[in-house]
Amino acid sequence: MKLIFELSTPGHGMQYLPQSDVPKTELPEKFRRKQALRLPEMSETDVSRHYARLAKQAFGVCSGFYPLGSCTMKYNPRVNERVASLPGFAAVHPLQPKETVEGCLEAIDTVQSLLCAVTGMDAMSMQPAAGAHGEYLGLLLIKKYLEKTGQTHRKRILIPDSAHGTNPASAVMADFDVVNIPSAPNGCVDMEAFKKALDGNVAGLMLTNPNTVGLFDPNILEITRLIHESGGLCYYDGANLNAIMGHVRPGDMGFDVVHLNLHKTFSTPHGGGGPGSGPVGCKDILKEFLPKSALGEPGDHPDSVGQIRSFYGNFGIYIRALTYILTLGAQGLRDASSTAVLNANYMMHKLKDVFPVAYDQICMHEFILTLEDEKKRSGVTALDVAKALLDEGMHPPTMYFPLVVHEALMLEPTETESRETLDAAVESFKRIRQKIDTAPEALHECPVTTPIGRPDEVGAARNPVLRYQYE
Amino acid sequence: MSIPNNLKYAKSHEWVRQEGDLFVVGITDHAQSELGDLVFINLPNLEDDVIAGDALADVESVKAVSDIISPVSGVVVEVNEELLDAPEKINESPYEAWIAKIGQVSEEPELLTAEEYEAFLQEEK
Repeated sequence: MKLIFELSTPGHGMQYLPQSDVPKTELPEKFRRKQALRLPEMSETDVSRHYARLAKQAFGVCSGFYPLGSCTMKYNPRVNERVASLPGFAAVHPLQPKETVEGCLEAIDTVQSLLCAVTGMDAMSMQPAAGAHGEYLGLLLIKKYLEKTGQTHRKRILIPDSAHGTNPASAVMADFDVVNIPSAPNGCVDMEAFKKALDGNVAGLMLTNPNTVGLFDPNILEITRLIHESGGLCYYDGANLNAIMGHVRPGDMGFDVVHLNLHKTFSTPHGGGGPGSGPVGCKDILKEFLPKSALGEPGDHPDSVGQIRSFYGNFGIYIRALTYILTLGAQGLRDASSTAVLNANYMMHKLKDVFPVAYDQICMHEFILTLEDEKKRSGVTALDVAKALLDEGMHPPTMYFPLVVHEALMLEPTETESRETLDAAVESFKRIRQKIDTAPEALHECPVTTPIGRPDEVGAARNPVLRYQYE
Repeated sequence: MSIPNNLKYAKSHEWVRQEGDLFVVGITDHAQSELGDLVFINLPNLEDDVIAGDALADVESVKAVSDIISPVSGVVVEVNEELLDAPEKINESPYEAWIAKIGQVSEEPELLTAEEYEAFLQEEK
């Protein structure tokens, strides 16, 4: 497919800028462009067809089943869009006088208190623009707390080896030392290794619960208690909150600070379309360190870590999340989580005779298949099965994550899929199973029905072409 | 899977070759094959103190980022900077593409012989 620059034909461009209705002013010489802007010259018809073609090549939640583990690719209800595009929300400016945006301020206040209620936290900042941004803020809060209490020697952050890669990355960004805690054979924290890692230099723990293998850690209360006893704080990675809404709260599990991924759990757009939103909630002990509230007066928060995002964060996104929460209500959120867990278990049960599951026990909202033995037997890898699923018209699950499971395929169906969709996906896996048993080599050629087959991932990573090269 | 006899091996799939006082470290054929095509490597800094069992470097494949574990404790005296531009050399010839040379070795945990490493790989299967 051609890039828009390659479709450009001299003279086909359109003049969209209206006639200037103010007197012309000459810019000083040094600020003037030496050459004209190199914009593609195309008619509006051709531009619109170009983007329609691009859209057809993409696959989204609206195109089909999208069971991307740990990403919670649930349906994004249209009502969210409708509410977020109301002029009172969409046509305001962050520098408007406060008294002209009282409704927006109330909406911010409402979403903060609702998210506090879901997580069991005392305060919430809506500033972070995504999950990892939230992690970073959460760690800055812990760091500030240690500074204020004269414990800057505490530098170690304990992170299980099944954690999302962003956890250790955020900890390093915030200038902590990462201590890797191995998982026990049951997929949860290895308690012996965990206890050995505890000492007077522990700043805290970062944990996802349910964890990335889709299991709820039964030792969670002991884990958070031991961290607190050793003087550290507990950080909850909210990526997997979709499994527990309305059933159990991170605050009650003993966590002091959490981030949420509104683009996962709270049905706001996810992925390239974004933008994301990763609010951070905390207990009272950390409240004074939160980013300066955009609503407060200057000097209100002398111990704040400062702004980490301009103005109010991704306002339009959390208006969508607010709509979602208010539409579902408390019972609805609880039901959403129950159904997400039920769907995952239903699918796992139907698939476990097709491909081995990594942890054969009741799971939470996601589960993992492993192709480790299959790879040895027939040479078919998790990647091959993922590519074959594209030919079946569904988006593949997460592959090769978490790292503790080899040749992993991690499925998270979410609550928004029907039993029929889950059954159809199971049939797809069965057809692929048959292909492996009859002609395994054919799997290496998949996908054959998509606009793009197997892109050269290695070439793209080694020699990335990041922008169009003009001749 | 190639496992040269003249090298020592760690269970975390690094090889070690002794050159006088220096310990030359790389990753095994098995390790590169499991990791897949490497696209990036992060080398240690010269004079870094390394501890046996801790990360010495990390490599990135299309699949994941993985730590390379130091088989010995000591000080980094030389790194193979050539790999920065050509991490694929590790895939092409894992036993020539050394990663770092470690000197002032203070701790040298027991490493496996080629035979023992081969047996260990069999066990892991």
